[in-house]
Amino acid sequence: MAVISRGFTGRGRDHTPDLPPGQYLTADFPVLSAGPTPDIDTADWQFSIRTDDATLHTWNWDEIHALPIEDIDTDIHCVTRWSKFGTSWRGVSLDTLFADIETTDGFVMAHCYGGYTTNIPLADLLGGKAWIAFEFDGEPLDPEHGGPARLLVPHLYFWKSAKWIRSLEMMPADQPGFWEQNGYNMYGDPWLEQRYW
Amino acid sequence: MSTLSERETRDAVPHRVGLWHAGVVVSTKTESPTGRSIVLDVPGWGGNIAGQHADLRLTAADGYQAVRSYSIASVSDGDRVELAVDRLPTGEVSPYLVDELRPGDQLELRGPLGGWFVWTPSLPGAVQLIGGGSGIVPLMAMIRSRTASGSDAPFRLLYSVRSPDDAFFRSELDTPTPGLDVTWLYTRVTPEGWGRSPGRITVDDLAESAFPASLSPAVFVCGPTGFVETVARALVALGHDPHKVKTERFGGA
Repeated sequence: MAVISRGFTGRGRDHTPDLPPGQYLTADFPVLSAGPTPDIDTADWQFSIRTDDATLHTWNWDEIHALPIEDIDTDIHCVTRWSKFGTSWRGVSLDTLFADIETTDGFVMAHCYGGYTTNIPLADLLGGKAWIAFEFDGEPLDPEHGGPARLLVPHLYFWKSAKWIRSLEMMPADQPGFWEQNGYNMYGDPWLEQRYW
Repeated sequence: MSTLSERETRDAVPHRVGLWHAGVVVSTKTESPTGRSIVLDVPGWGGNIAGQHADLRLTAADGYQAVRSYSIASVSDGDRVELAVDRLPTGEVSPYLVDELRPGDQLELRGPLGGWFVWTPSLPGAVQLIGGGSGIVPLMAMIRSRTASGSDAPFRLLYSVRSPDDAFFRSELDTPTPGLDVTWLYTRVTPEGWGRSPGRITVDDLAESAFPASLSPAVFVCGPTGFVETVARALVALGHDPHKVKTERFGGA
């Protein structure tokens, strides 16, 4: 039973097959974050992966830049309903970073400078689907957009692409991260509109 | 253990997002040349706490739908919901809500949403609210929640607007309320004889008018991205614990 809003005509009727349901296109790059933007000096920056046997694999700024760097062109979709097409990034694939890592755990908690966390199944980070990104549009990534480096998992809602990434911690079972404890979906598939609990 | 993962707010948050509820416009009120508040009756809504938002869905006669999220200005355990919306000139939904919508019109609401940028009267301690433009909306809900509950938590509000005409909720905020201190900041045009020159909020404004970091207030900052970035950085520079500074930004169309 439809509720019609009198006098509303709208305008977005162009068929846009790349736009997930309930999203609208923006040319801007809006920001969603929960608190102050942390200041992170690349001289102090490091990124680690911690496995189930407590082994820590760590890369500093120079070490991660010595790995193969990929160009990524992708659409991004924020749970607050904007989508942005054709964004361009540079970063290191999680396949590269996980190449020498052995784990039996199926889930990952991303931890960030500033305290933010988000949970992602390991399968969603591998297979050419996720990167540690440090350039956007040919420039170093702005702090307010997650610089110096953020996780980039563009096939999920963008809160999963954790800004100011610091480490990935393997987990045997899925646990909720920050927004997942505060009302957002555990997985976040934009094509299924998995926005909220 | 980071306080960013604290779970204290989760239990307090109503948790029933799934359904769209049909709502009817009860009244609208012009708040500024570009904004208005809208009171809705939404049977089945069931209430919300201060700081939460709602998804609003409009359906055109041909079935076309558009959905946007709006902060809620009201607090209740019933079916009344007040939104306040600023018109974005290039927007698809906000011009309709500000210019076209009238009492009796129907729309749909889903929520309440969000468990982070919220305040409930059970939270102890001083509260510093800092709003820019229509970023006042969730902060207004917190002020109303404090008043409605009889809380004596010390509150301060810094509210930055372009000009005196651009202030939302002006008469309500100008009504003296014990324990609530309101500081107005004007970025373009000030009232006559105003002591501060027009300009964007600075670290000096915060040092002068906000609760000091030594009091460890809970801080809520809401406004456009640039405003929130400036304020949040200044608060950290003034010694506030970043984990006590919660932010929400307005953007998009």
